[in-house]
This record gives sequence, C-alpha cells and structure tokens, in this order.
Amino acid sequence: MKLILSGGRVVDPSQNLDQIANLLIEDGRIVGITTEAQMAGFENAEILDVTGKIVCPGLIDIHVHLREPGFEYKEDIESGTRAAAAGGFTRVCCMPNTNPAIDTAAVVRQILERTEQVGSARVGPIGAATKAMQGDQLTEMADLKAAGAVAISDDAFPLQHSDTVRSVMEYCKMLGLAFMTHNEDKRLTEKGAMNEGYMATVMGVPGIPRVAEDIATARNIMLAQLTGCHLHLLHISTAGTVELLRQAKAAGAPVTGEACAHHWVLTDAACEGYNTDAKMNPPLRTPEDCAAVKAGIADGTIDCIVTDHAPHAEYEKEVEFDAAPFGILGLETSFPLVYSTLVIPGVLSLSEAIAKMTSVPAAVLNLGDKVGTLQTGADADVAVLDLDRAWTIDRDSVQSKSKNTPFHGMKVMGKAEFTIVGGRVIRI
Amino acid sequence: MKDLLTLRETAADDIRALLDTAEAFQEIIKRPVKKVPTLRGRAMITVFYENSTRTRTSFEMAAKIMSAEAINISVAQSSVTKGECLKDTMLTLQALKADCLVIRHSSSGAAQFAAERIGIPVVNAGDGRHEHPTQGLLDMLTIKQAKGRLDGLNVAIVGDITHSRVARSNIWGLTKLGANVRLVGPSTLMPPDADRLPVKVFNNLKEGIAGADVVNVLRLQLERMDKGLLPSIREYSRLFGISANSLKAADSDVIVLHPGPLNRGVEISAEVADSAASAIETQISNGVAVRMAVLYTLMGGAGAPTTEV
Repeated sequence: MKLILSGGRVVDPSQNLDQIANLLIEDGRIVGITTEAQMAGFENAEILDVTGKIVCPGLIDIHVHLREPGFEYKEDIESGTRAAAAGGFTRVCCMPNTNPAIDTAAVVRQILERTEQVGSARVGPIGAATKAMQGDQLTEMADLKAAGAVAISDDAFPLQHSDTVRSVMEYCKMLGLAFMTHNEDKRLTEKGAMNEGYMATVMGVPGIPRVAEDIATARNIMLAQLTGCHLHLLHISTAGTVELLRQAKAAGAPVTGEACAHHWVLTDAACEGYNTDAKMNPPLRTPEDCAAVKAGIADGTIDCIVTDHAPHAEYEKEVEFDAAPFGILGLETSFPLVYSTLVIPGVLSLSEAIAKMTSVPAAVLNLGDKVGTLQTGADADVAVLDLDRAWTIDRDSVQSKSKNTPFHGMKVMGKAEFTIVGGRVIRI
Repeated sequence: MKDLLTLRETAADDIRALLDTAEAFQEIIKRPVKKVPTLRGRAMITVFYENSTRTRTSFEMAAKIMSAEAINISVAQSSVTKGECLKDTMLTLQALKADCLVIRHSSSGAAQFAAERIGIPVVNAGDGRHEHPTQGLLDMLTIKQAKGRLDGLNVAIVGDITHSRVARSNIWGLTKLGANVRLVGPSTLMPPDADRLPVKVFNNLKEGIAGADVVNVLRLQLERMDKGLLPSIREYSRLFGISANSLKAADSDVIVLHPGPLNRGVEISAEVADSAASAIETQISNGVAVRMAVLYTLMGGAGAPTTEV
C-alpha cells in the first residue's frame, strides 16, 4: 500500500523541516519526503493532493479522559478517538480515572484491545498511582508498564500525603516512567468550584485559591529532586506554578510541564452566569495567570500543549454550579485555539506550536523514536491541517458524545482536514 | 422586570420603584382588615430547599394580603428527596401554571438557573452565599424611612461577610442608591478581593463603625469555629460583637439592623437588640411590604398599585 501526500507544506519540527514537498508512505511507515516530481517505485501509488495545506506529524495529546471503561455515557474510546481525529490527533494518552480505574494490567489491555477494534487514533493508557485512585496502596506499576501503560498519574485524585508521593516517585524512577501530577492541596480547595477571587466573591461561589496549586507543585518538585523521578506537571494554570517550573528547570530538576488552551484563552470571568461549561479543575484563573502561562509556553518553560479533554453528559452539567462536575472538551478545539491565539499573534511560530503538540509530548513521555516525527521509518501518523479555514466552534456539531465546551460560538482559524494513522486515512 | 434575582443586576431606577411601591403598600399592612384584591386569581409557589420561617412566612403573608394564592412546596415532602434534579422540578412547576416562583436554595446561582428554565417570574429568596435581594430591599426601606434618605449615609455591615448573601445584596443595593458601605469583620470571614467591591474593608470594629449612621449586624453561624475560621465565640464577641459600649463609636443616632435569627450575646447584645436604636422589628414588617411590592411588580403588570379595598 503506497500513498503520496502531494504538494503540501511539510512542517516537521523533529527534523527542522518546513517546505513544500511530497510525503511518501508505504505499509504504514514514512518512507521519505521529496521535492522531486518523479518518485521511483511510487508510480502507482494513491495520490492525495494537499496543496495549500500543512502536513505535519499527527498531533499527540498526552492528557485526555476517554471515560471507558465505566462512564461510556460521557465518552468512549470510539467517540473519543473520533474527536481526536477530528482535531488532528493521531495519538492520545488517557487518564486512569475510569471505573474500574486503570490500576491493573487487565484494564490497560482492555483499553488497547478496544482501541484496536474501534479506534480512530492510537491510545496510550496512563496507569493509576494508587489502587482505585484511593491514595493508599501503590498499584503494580511494573505490571502496568509491561501491559502498555505509558506513564503514571494521580489526575483527578491528587495525592495528598507526601510519603505516598515519594513512594510512587521511587517506583516510577525505578521503572523509567514519568509521574504526571495534578497539583492541588485539597485542604485549601474544599468545596471550591472556581478560581478564588473577585468573580467568585461576587458570585458567592467557594473559591479554589491559586496557592493550592503552587504549594502542591513545590512539594512535588522537591520530591522529584529527592527521588530523581521524572515529574510532569499537569494542566498548569497559575503564574506561581509557571515560575516554580522555570526555577526547577534552571536548577536541573527532572521536571516538565503542560498547559491547556483554556488556561490562557479564558479567565474566571467566563463563569459569569454560573456557566458550568466554564467549570474545570484547575479552574479558569486571572488575566495575569493567562499571560504567565503564555509566557511559559513562549520561553519553553511549559513543554507541551494538551487538552485535558474531559467530557461530561449534558444532564450532569445542567445543574447548580457547585453540583456540576469539573471538566470540558478539548480535542476538537485545541489546534484551532493554538493557531488562533498563539501562532497568529506571534507567541509561537507554527513550527514551535506543532512541536509542542507532536515531538515534545512524545519526548516527555518517552514514547519512542518513531513517534511525533515524519522521519523515514517512523509510523505513518500524519495530520493534514488547513490554516485558512475560518469557522465557528459549535457545541452541537462535535464528534464527542458530550457537548461541554466554553468555546461555543468562538470564531477561530485553522482546522484539521484529515489524519493518517499507521498509513490508514481517517476522515471524520 | 421579569425576575428579581439579584440587586447587582437590578437597575437603580427599578430599586427605587420597588421601594416606592413598598411604601405605598405599608398602609395596607396597618389596616385592621389586611386584604386587597390586587392579585386575585394569581398563584405564587414557594420552593424552599433550605429551612426558613420568617422569609417564607413573609412572602406568604404578602401574597395573601393581595389575595393571591400561596402554595408552599416543602422540599422534605417533595420528589426532591427522591433525587429529582432542579431542572426537572422547574419543568414540573412550570406545568402547574403558577404566576410566580419564589425559591430559596443552598447553591449560589440556583435562582438564576430556575429563571432560565421556567417561563414565569422568579424571586430569589436567597441562593447560597450569593444574594438575598428582598432582604436587601427591606433593609434599604428600613434605613430610608429611619433616616429619610439613603444617599450619603454610612452603612457598616458587620460579621461573616464571606458566607452572607444578605451582605452582598446590601452592598449592591445600597451603593447603587448612593450610600457608603463598609464591611467589618475578621479576615477569615472576609471574602477574597473584598476591597475590589464598591466598599471599604475594616478588620477593626471601632474603626469600621466610627460615625456610622447604620450598623447592619450579620448572624454568626456558630459552626464556623469547627472549620477553623474562628478561635472562639467568646473572642469573636469581644472583637466584633455589637454592644452598647462598642456602639458608642457610631453616630449618636445610629440604627441597628439584623436579618435574624439573632444569637443574643454573640454578634449582638440583648441590650442593643431591645434598645431604641434597634430597627429589627421594623425590618420584619417592612419585609412584608417589600415582598408585596416585588410580587405586585412581577405578577401585577404595569400601572400604579391598587390600594383600595
């Protein structure tokens, strides 16, 4: 099976490449990038004309919630990976807060098998740090890794006890796995439903102070320095945590970090009117935090861009603000938001933005040499993006089973045309 | 005006009109036969997700004086205890074709949630820590009648500001009509960024009520100690309790308000509560007049209030 993506602008940050060229694919692998008109051995290949489009490594999101097993009414692997493909993603890593949690090899295998059957993108399961995410007993992380888990995380149920964090880190270090932490001191956020500050005070909503994220971040960085474990800071939302990460990196600590578009595009003002589609954790913060997150992305402090795609059924969100679950969709809006709010305004070049959604997240989780790149021999995971496409985000036309996006009605530029996963063309 | 959800989002002219209407209704309450046909054939439903005696009774009395039907749905007896969500309760109530819904709920924003889903006027009778607009209006009416004006008055709100919907409605309503509002209380009970509200913030009672024309004392929830927000009731009372002695810092003609129920000897001394400076009983009767004005405005449509028997 031979395929040519012809005439596109090939942007591959892993090779410092940005040029009009043809991408050659054979049997699920990249076999070359060429500007030659004649391509020996490809005379009878299928040709897809992508003139005027961007051809880049398939986007990688190392922080999503696919909800399967256990919460298939919100999302499942089929719908979640369709949403991923619609957003230009060819690989997503899913968080372990399923039911049962991803705390045994059996659940890892189940997710991988399910992806084989119905997936429109590759899925890398992330194992839970503790059994049932209860914060007590460690999971069998070696088993999880052997079954295919790509990292360990406490997302949604942040570990509160420093001794547990230390033990998890020792194990992750021993096994060569990154530990991805949701940084939150829960004693400071009890009942909190939005950022602590003026908006929360006016709305009468208990607040989630920024310092709760910073305190947990500082502790986790210190324990990473102690243990040598690779710590990855999830969904950074505060100026304080950006600065802690910057200092930690300067000190040589084994720490990386990520950010989600909503944390630099929106502020807690989006909660006005008790908009539960603007409720997530960490919450939308202040304009100063948005600026700090952007600055952290621009100077490389924040390594990669993720979505924290967190679907919830409409009936779960259509309740009192304090009763609504945390979380919003992200996969179908991520690239358009990155392009519209970072690339067009000049915060990042297109190549830098694509790197933060391909080669860098692949490196953060050590996903392998053949991932997040268009180098010869790599998996033929490709995204074709149309930068000139102006469109309006519409909650009623998403691939996800859920509709909880605060970006409904926003005009954006840029959209994925189609993806290729292992040589298979996926059009949504 | 379709609903009364907040004073923050109610225009100053609408607040003035509601206060004027309430003053017109006060005369009816004083009559031996308290009944006018103004809202005959209309039905008000009250749904209280939190316990309340005085607010609910006040709404019910306001409706009945104006000959409206008052239907109380007690949450303990309703399908809510069977797990019905607020949206479905609202759709059910809408189908009952009442003319007005009065709702109290422990979640901030619940009244707005209800108003967005039910086609009839909604009155917020208190939502979480957010607002309690009829309490704000009755406090304003009480102050206005005692002092003859609101513009330029110094009003100190003393106590647990963080958890108080009464404080928030007072802040917006009073400042819209020209009063100067001060918030007085311990730092642990002062909401974040309070200084960005149109108020002055004080952590010292004497400074906070110095020269004040009005002191509005908030009820202290006694369980605040358990959450580590206060060391002791005794110390709170010593630092922030309104007594005859602490009140000396205020203007000599100061009036004292309290939304009730009182913790005598905690946030307010019995001596002050029963003194000539206390406007607490007036607040209660003004509550009926204000709620008549609100129900009339939302259910009665345009035109001057009909006060003839």
